[in-house]
Amino acid sequence: MAKKVSLPLTDEALKDLRAGDNVLLTGIMYVARDSAHKRIIETLDQGKTLPFDINGQTIYYMGPSPARPGQVIGSAGPTTSGRMDSYAPRLMSTGLKGMIGKGNRSQAVKDAIKKYKAIYFAAIGGAGALISKSIKKAEVIAYEDLGAEAIRRLEVENFPATVINDIYGGDLYEEGKAKYQVKV
Amino acid sequence: MRDIDCKQITETVSNLFQEACVYLPEDVLAAIKQARQSEESPVARDVLGRILENVDISSKEKIPLCQDTGSAVVLLELGQEVHITGGDLYTAINEGVRQGYDKGYLRKSMVHQPFSARVNTKDNTPAIIHTDIVPGGKLKISVIPKGGGSENCSRLTALPPAKGRQGIIDFVVNLVDESGSNPCPPIVIGLGIGGTTDKTMALAKRALLRKVGEPNPDPEVAELEREIMQQVNNLGIGPMGYGGKITALAVHAEVFPAHIASLPVAVNIQCWCDRHKESIL
Repeated sequence: MAKKVSLPLTDEALKDLRAGDNVLLTGIMYVARDSAHKRIIETLDQGKTLPFDINGQTIYYMGPSPARPGQVIGSAGPTTSGRMDSYAPRLMSTGLKGMIGKGNRSQAVKDAIKKYKAIYFAAIGGAGALISKSIKKAEVIAYEDLGAEAIRRLEVENFPATVINDIYGGDLYEEGKAKYQVKV
Repeated sequence: MRDIDCKQITETVSNLFQEACVYLPEDVLAAIKQARQSEESPVARDVLGRILENVDISSKEKIPLCQDTGSAVVLLELGQEVHITGGDLYTAINEGVRQGYDKGYLRKSMVHQPFSARVNTKDNTPAIIHTDIVPGGKLKISVIPKGGGSENCSRLTALPPAKGRQGIIDFVVNLVDESGSNPCPPIVIGLGIGGTTDKTMALAKRALLRKVGEPNPDPEVAELEREIMQQVNNLGIGPMGYGGKITALAVHAEVFPAHIASLPVAVNIQCWCDRHKESIL
């Protein structure tokens, strides 16, 4: 049974989430991937204000395909999170609570998740059509010139995801693999 | 001599990319359904179920299966009797990519100057084109919208020939282990063995076009495919890396003779969303 979770996340809600839990997320999330992260970090380095208040928020690593007329968004599945590893601890130190993507995180990111009591969810890679159904509103809020890589604000309803790294140090990728590995 | 007009090539390429991005090939779909039946992990079965749901939504509503509609890889088998008219072949293909990615609402992911500015070319060109000249008077066009996540997990190595068969197995299994959930398993593994380094990479890519699970006709190569498949599935990575028995749907190896000093090996990893489509003109 999937747990219903509201966005933005609260510290209280995170206490209840463990690696392996299926969740349905409802609320606001922000979309940013490679180029947007680079700019966010440059903005922080210059001491300027970010295009959105990152405190307590969740970032979805994603670059959608174009929406057809009448659609909210096109295909909208996760991209590989590892490419954002060099930026993620810095963002968690400035208040980022949640990340959604797919794939392995570095040890530094996992340590930061524990330290800052944040969370990493995975969405199903390649399931962009299915995921797009849970996105009710999408608007570009910054870096429009980056096209598919612009920062978007999404309103989601029952967005399907799975907890990979929780505040307790749990890691579904390690635990799941250990369970089904056959040692010869 | 047989004439094929550039307009027809452009239209074909445009249609192939649009269709490949929303309809999963039947053989891939069958392999995923089979995986769902044989998978032991309930979590993994649930993932495969949602993948099948995605395939259904995508084909019905023409929403791309995956938002990463790839680099536009085009593999050609050009009959030597064919005469291309009304323009040049590669321009016609790139025009097909431009039109297909626009009309199909596909994501444009190619960037200029990839080591620095990385400015989007805005039409997903240029295509990555490989051409084989073959006997006959036909043109076979195969397209692979190749996602970046799985492509980034691909590798090339030059093994010392003494490492032989076991060296190949270890290289592939270690690579898949290291890649973990990144390439969106269950994956299809394209494996090139022999030739020169460039040749073996091309073999690995072309191996992805084989019908999923169809073994190499050479029994020794087929046995190698089976052994790699078994060891990869023993890793426990499972669908999307959440743990499970099915990490790979298939291993497709293609072999070519090599220099006395060399045993190049290339792996081209394809995600579960193994999109490709072919047409013969």
